Amino acid sequence: MKENPLNMQLDLDDFLPASDEEKENLVVMRDSVSFWKDGMRRLRKNKIAMVSLAVIVLIMICAFIVPSFYPYTYEEQIKGSENLAPMTYSAAELERKEAGEHVFPHILGTDKMGRDYAIRVMMGSRVSLIVGLVAAVIILVVGSVFGSIAAFCGGWVDILMMRVVDIIYTIPDVLLIVLLSFALKDPLERLSTVPGFGWIQILGRNLISIFIVFALLYWGGMARMVRSQILMLKESEYVTAARALGASAGRIIKKHLLTNCIGTLIVTTTLQIPSSIFTESFLSFLGLGVAVPMPSLGSLASDAINGLNTYPYLLFIPALLISLIILSFNLLGDGLRDAFDPKMKN
Amino acid sequence: MAKYIAKRLGMAVVTIWLVATLTFFLMNLVPGGPFLSEKAVSPKALEALEAKYGLDKPLHEQYITYMKDALHGDFGDSLKQRGRTVSSIITSKFPVSAKIGGLAVLVAFFVGVPLGCVSALHRGKVTDNIIIVIATCGIAVPSFVICTLLMYTLGVKLGWLPTLGLGTWKHYIMPIIALAFYPTAYITRLMRSSMLDVLGQDYMRTSKAKGLSQFVCLFKHALRNAILPVVTYLGPLLAYTVSGSFIVEKIFSIPGLGREFISSITNRDYTVIMGTTIFLATLMVLMNVVVDIVYKLVDPRIKLK
Repeated sequence: MKENPLNMQLDLDDFLPASDEEKENLVVMRDSVSFWKDGMRRLRKNKIAMVSLAVIVLIMICAFIVPSFYPYTYEEQIKGSENLAPMTYSAAELERKEAGEHVFPHILGTDKMGRDYAIRVMMGSRVSLIVGLVAAVIILVVGSVFGSIAAFCGGWVDILMMRVVDIIYTIPDVLLIVLLSFALKDPLERLSTVPGFGWIQILGRNLISIFIVFALLYWGGMARMVRSQILMLKESEYVTAARALGASAGRIIKKHLLTNCIGTLIVTTTLQIPSSIFTESFLSFLGLGVAVPMPSLGSLASDAINGLNTYPYLLFIPALLISLIILSFNLLGDGLRDAFDPKMKN
Repeated sequence: MAKYIAKRLGMAVVTIWLVATLTFFLMNLVPGGPFLSEKAVSPKALEALEAKYGLDKPLHEQYITYMKDALHGDFGDSLKQRGRTVSSIITSKFPVSAKIGGLAVLVAFFVGVPLGCVSALHRGKVTDNIIIVIATCGIAVPSFVICTLLMYTLGVKLGWLPTLGLGTWKHYIMPIIALAFYPTAYITRLMRSSMLDVLGQDYMRTSKAKGLSQFVCLFKHALRNAILPVVTYLGPLLAYTVSGSFIVEKIFSIPGLGREFISSITNRDYTVIMGTTIFLATLMVLMNVVVDIVYKLVDPRIKLK
C-alpha cells in the first residue's frame, strides 16, 4: 500500500533495538588523542629535537649529579698542580701514584690557582642552567600575566601597559642591569643576615640580582607574544559563553585564554632559556655575574682570555659548552614549536 | 602620511622624555656617587665638587635644571673626565662605533639575505641543509666566544690580522665579523622562512604561469614580499649595533661608545650616563619610526594609521 506523504504516523521499524552489527559501528576503536599526547607523539618523531633533549639531559646530569661524588671540589686549590694540561699530573701527584695510591686524573687540567677545571666547568654549567631555567620561569609568569591583562582589558589600559613595555625596551638594558646590581647590593646583604633569609648568601647576591633584573626587564617579548594571542582568542565563542555563564575575568584568563595559548607559551619559554643563558654569560663577562669562587660558563671564559696564548683549552671548553647548551635548547624549542604549535611552522 | 609621521614623532618625544626621567631618578637613587671612589677626597673638597656640579641641591631641582639645559642642547660637562663636555664625548666616540656597527649590519644584510634565499630555493637539498646548520650554530655562539676564537686563530696563531686597536683597514675585519655573526645567522633564518612562505603563494604560481623570466619572478615578486620581516628586524638591529657593543670593543680595545657607556655607569659619571642614554634612546625610537615608513614604501598594501 502506498503511504500518504502527509501521514504523521511514525515508522515503527526505526525504533527497533540496534543489531550487533550496527552497534559495532559506533564503538570507539581508538582513544581520543589529547593535546599533550598528540604533541609528544610529534615531538618523539623529530630526531633533531630528541637528540638535543638527550644532550640537555646529559649536561644536566653532569652539572647536578656528578659534582656530588666527584673527588675534587670547585673551590679546592691543589698546591703544586697549577696550570696542568688535560690528563696530566703534577710532580707531587706522580709521587703519590708511584706509591700505589689512586689519584683521580684532572680530565680537563687545572687553572692557574690549581683548581680542577672539569669540576669548575660542571659547576659553571650548573649555574648557567639554573639561571636559564629560573629566569625563563620568571619571565613566563610575569610576561603572561602582564600580557593577558593588557589584552583582556583592552582600551586605555592596554595602551598604557604596552607603552610601559616600549619604554623598558628603549632604556639600554646594560644601564639598568649595572644600576640595579649596585642598588640591590646593600638591601640584599642586609636581608641575608635576617634569620630565614640565609639562603641568599648560599645563592650569592649577584645571582639574585640577575634574577630580579630578568623579572624586571626581559619579559617584554613574552608579554607582547601573549597579548597578540589573547587579542585573537578573546573574540572566540567560548569566551562569550563563559562570560554569559558569569565567569569572572580572572577565571576566563586563567581557564580559557591562557590554556588555549599553551603551545605558544611552551615554545616561547623554551626559546627564552638560551637567551637567558646568553645574557648571564654576557653579565659574567662584564664581571657582574655570580660571585667568586663560584664559576659560571661566562666567567670561566672571561677569566681564560688573558691566558689565551698559553692555555687556549681553558677558553675553548666553556665556550664550546655554552654554545652547545644554547644550540640544544634552540633546537629543542624549534622541535616543540613544530609539535605543539604547528600553525607557527615556517 | 605627514600626519602619521608627526604623530609618531610626538610619541617618540614622550617616550624619550620618560626614559630620561626614569634614568635620572633611578641613577640618583642608587647609593654611591661620582666622587666617592676617588682616593683622598677631603669632605671639604667633596662639598666643593658637589656644589660646582650642582649635586648638593635637592633632586627635583637638579632634575629641572638638567632638563632645561638638555632642551637647549646642553648636556653638561663630564664629572669624571675634567674639561670635556658630554656632547664632545659622544661626537668623538659614536662615529667609531657607528662605522664598525654600520659596516657589520651591511655585511649581515648582504650575506644573510642571499644565503636565506638560496637555502629556500634549494629546500631539502644539501645546500639548504648546510646553510641551516651553519645558521643554527651561528645564533648559538655568544659574541665573546666569536671574538676570542677569531683573535686566537686569525690574530695569534696565523698572524694574518692585527688584534688590538683601530689603525689600518685590517683592524676593522675581525670586529666586523664578530659583530655581524649573529645578525647574519638570524637574517638567514628569517629570510629562509619568509621566502618559503612566499614561494608557496598563489601569485608566485601565476607569475610563473604567465611566462615571466626566473629573474623577474624572483626579484620582483618573491624577494620584495619576503624581505618585509628582515626590514622589521633591521631597524632595531641597526640602532643596537651602531651604538657599540661593549664586548667587542673591550676585547679588540676599540675606543667606541659602548665601552664609554659602561665605564660611565661604573664610574657614576651622571652627566655622561644621561647624555648617552638619551642619545641611544633617541636612536632606537627614531629607527623604529624609520622602519615603519620604509615598510610602507616597500609594501604599499600596508596602511599607516
